[in-house]
Amino acid sequence: MDRPVYSETGSEKGLSLLSAPPAHPPLAEDATPSHGLASLFSSWRRGSFKRGVHPAPHKGTLDQPIKRMPFPRKLVLPLAQHIGKPSVPLVAVGEEVVRGQLIARADGALSAPIHAPADGVIEAITPQPNTRGLWTDAIVLRVYEASTQEVRWGEPQDIEAMDHAQLIEAIQRIGMVGLGGAAFPSHAKLNVPADKAVHTLIVNGCECEPYLTCDYKLMREWPRELILGTRIAMRASGATRAIIGVEDNKLDALEALRPHLPPDGSITLQAVATKYPQGAEKMLIKSLLGLDVPAGGLPSQLGLVVHNVGTLALLGKLLPRGQGLIERVVTLAGPGIKKPGDYWVPFGTTLRSLLDWAGDPACQEREVILGGPMMGQAASTLDIPVSKGTSGILVFDKRMLEPITKQSWACIHCSECVNACPMGLNPSQLGMLSAKLEFDEMAEHYHLGDCFECGCCSYVCPSHIPLVQQFRAAKAFLRERKPL
Amino acid sequence: MSMQLRASPHLHSGRDVPTIMRHVVYALLPVCAFSIWQYGLSSLALIVTVTLSCLFAERVSNKLSGAVNTLSDWSATITGVLLALSLPPAFPLWMGAVAGLTAVWLGKSLFGGLGHNPFNPALVGRAFVQAAFPTAITTWAPAFAPQRFTEFIPSTLTLPLMQPNDISAWVAANMVDGFTGATPLARWKFEHFVYPVQDMLTGAATASTGESSALLLLVCGLYLIARKFMDWRIPVAVVGSALLLALAFRLFGGEEYPPVHLVLLSGGLMLGALFMATDMATSPVSPRAVWAYGAVIGVVTILIRYFGGLTEGVMYAILFGNALAPLLDKYLQPKVFGGGKR
Repeated sequence: MDRPVYSETGSEKGLSLLSAPPAHPPLAEDATPSHGLASLFSSWRRGSFKRGVHPAPHKGTLDQPIKRMPFPRKLVLPLAQHIGKPSVPLVAVGEEVVRGQLIARADGALSAPIHAPADGVIEAITPQPNTRGLWTDAIVLRVYEASTQEVRWGEPQDIEAMDHAQLIEAIQRIGMVGLGGAAFPSHAKLNVPADKAVHTLIVNGCECEPYLTCDYKLMREWPRELILGTRIAMRASGATRAIIGVEDNKLDALEALRPHLPPDGSITLQAVATKYPQGAEKMLIKSLLGLDVPAGGLPSQLGLVVHNVGTLALLGKLLPRGQGLIERVVTLAGPGIKKPGDYWVPFGTTLRSLLDWAGDPACQEREVILGGPMMGQAASTLDIPVSKGTSGILVFDKRMLEPITKQSWACIHCSECVNACPMGLNPSQLGMLSAKLEFDEMAEHYHLGDCFECGCCSYVCPSHIPLVQQFRAAKAFLRERKPL
Repeated sequence: MSMQLRASPHLHSGRDVPTIMRHVVYALLPVCAFSIWQYGLSSLALIVTVTLSCLFAERVSNKLSGAVNTLSDWSATITGVLLALSLPPAFPLWMGAVAGLTAVWLGKSLFGGLGHNPFNPALVGRAFVQAAFPTAITTWAPAFAPQRFTEFIPSTLTLPLMQPNDISAWVAANMVDGFTGATPLARWKFEHFVYPVQDMLTGAATASTGESSALLLLVCGLYLIARKFMDWRIPVAVVGSALLLALAFRLFGGEEYPPVHLVLLSGGLMLGALFMATDMATSPVSPRAVWAYGAVIGVVTILIRYFGGLTEGVMYAILFGNALAPLLDKYLQPKVFGGGKR
């Protein structure tokens, strides 16, 4: 490897800092291994949801450890890396910053601060392409060549001494957002309104998207931090128990977590069926607890809150140290990547600098995908930076693009999409309605609003109809027409 | 270096329309082979003629509409082969060609081609010739005639626009034992004769070109089901509902109703349930609608056979089911996760 693996150890202190959560009744879904006949087949009970698809996993990067790469020369940090109001810059052009230093503050309750991912100097605060390819304000940081990968900013803090409000504030202060892709500020999700009681924290370790392995790596390499983060999140949300759900093709991740579980049994491990989209909030809740989140509703209606393992692992890693979120684990994979693997990537690293280092220059006609191949977005330019919500960078070559783009046919009513849709919709009918621009009919009688664009219908469609894209267009049309 | 932009998902299962259709054709090949073994040259000529007429009609439609060449999606081939298999083995070739042209033009191209047709094209073609040539379509030829590989059944080679040649002299000359020129269902209806089960399973029974071996049809259907090219619920619902209703009639109605094996193994029920009712374009998509569709076809088949003038009935039952499919889909939508919201 170009750089030695930079070793970091998790906080030994953190675990003892948290008081034991209150006792709760035993769970019906307890994943304690059985020792009867069933153990011949498996010691894990595998919950599932109806329908869904089984794409080939393509997880060729599973066996390597998380690695680091050299700093790029330039980092582009959009002020809006999260859902909510953009951050407010605290630095001026020409100012020198240290890795980990706070450079933009949160603007209000639904916002998150930004910290400098490397030592360097602020080159500009100017519009730059963000992760979605739109030009928004960003801080451009020129990285010093000698910048160290050690973080020298931040004060260790005593989490146990904090009251609830302080804990929520501390989570916001480190800039934590949901790392599964949505980038919703974590403190806001954990700050459950007084009228909604949360009893269970669901920890989402499914990682059902093909190619992606970053969550799996965090579970395997940072189990202590993940459990600590889970306990912090339980305390912040008021949950008395937590269930960590992992797909049953990654049972070794569960085994890695088991030694770190608290003795009071408040955190349980559970395997779920390996199926896409198992990692979707509603599907995971169905698989773990057998509960249906009402259409148009939120898990909090059922007393649940769902967090990604990546979010909680970094929460457990950073919060006791008082360090800001400045980097994340990103999976680099696909035929157009020469050095596939999972890397700690500083936020603001542009696709160009990532691919200059890890990409295959021989791969000419290529598609660069941000996130997983099922729900990820194709990048329009290589100037797009990795931000807090970027879980993977996939580079597909011509060979992978051809089968879908070559030809399409009329809907033949094969019902593959109906048998794949995890939400129980009729994508075939929705597709035909959208072709006739019957958007109101789609929303009123065919439940367009319940589609969360997982892509199962387009994935199976033998006519190669871009169903999901048609539904996005229909939703956008209805949204634009109805002012909020 | 170029950047490709596509909407998610960026992966695909790899299955496409021609693959599905091609496998249906594969599954029908053993049935064709068996019918050629049974009826010889006449069967071979009929299958080839009808299929070519369907392909010809499809290509002409392509030219007229300016569309791309759709022969490559294999759907016209399926229509041709299925249609040929549903016609009597002695059917004059020119009438077969008429059936093929009608099937594609009236049953499919008129509506906009594959996926837009409300009725199964093969059945539209068959219904047309049933009305146009009522005698020819009920003239049956014996299976396993000794000379079948060296000479045609006389009616096969009827000149275009001419009445079919009489085959009774040919049947007498070939001395096929026990051949009466009537199908098992007709013989029940008019003489209460119970056809032996083994004849119906091995293809010795009088029947259409491709319907006489229920076992072979079942095996070919199972192949498609196993490869997930066919919705197993449709044949199960069709055969299941027909079976239940036939059993009920036999148990409570008594001896005037036919025994169950006659109902299941003859009159094209297997061919229809496995290969025609399952036509994707003309069957519903939502699970509950699929069950209802199959059940309707099974029930209507029995009602036509027991109380209608026709002895067979599967064809009209499926066409009726096709007509009902969009309505079933509308009123029996899939159950939405979380109850659905307005």
